Amino acid sequence: MNIVLYISMILISIAAFLAFLRFVKGPSASDRAVALDTLSIIGIGAIVLLGYIFQRYIYIDLALVYAVLGFIGIIVIARFIEKAL
Amino acid sequence: MELLNNILEYVGLFFVLLGSIFLFLGALGIYRMPDIYDRLQAGTKASTLGAMSVTLGVGLLQPDWLIKIIVIILFIGISNPLSSHALARASYHSGIVPFFKNKIDAYENVVKKVKKKH
Repeated sequence: MNIVLYISMILISIAAFLAFLRFVKGPSASDRAVALDTLSIIGIGAIVLLGYIFQRYIYIDLALVYAVLGFIGIIVIARFIEKAL
Repeated sequence: MELLNNILEYVGLFFVLLGSIFLFLGALGIYRMPDIYDRLQAGTKASTLGAMSVTLGVGLLQPDWLIKIIVIILFIGISNPLSSHALARASYHSGIVPFFKNKIDAYENVVKKVKKKH
């Protein structure tokens, strides 16, 4: 495995940890929703990169499904915060 | 052919590194910014670019997977600004005021007009 991929995975892990800290700390519900959105985007990048590292094609499908489900979840949470649901 | 493969590999590794740096900066913005609107600004733009760049880099490293990678990139580019817009709208309607006081709030008049109509 290449050294650049090591550095990228370390950076993505730190990014996920920072977003998770905001998810735990966040004062209001909207802050947690924003942190969850960013966390799911970081998760998509990490899944695709891990798919390349393990040489598994099925991880790409997994990332696509995770993107769709995370998008629908964020929209539902936003409508719920807005008290329009 | 060998040379082309080498160039594709280096360009793909560059895109993966660039994308992971942007993901890290987006998450740092999420953690450090004082206010939810600033957090949306930092988090969504930087992390959208980061995820698109990481996926494009993997697609260049492994050109057999490029079609589905392009589908993922298009979906991220459509869906992530949409969800951030919905979140900003929801947090405005639930009454969160910005950290730095605005002089002009153009959206307030729109909300009042819509409420008067209903």
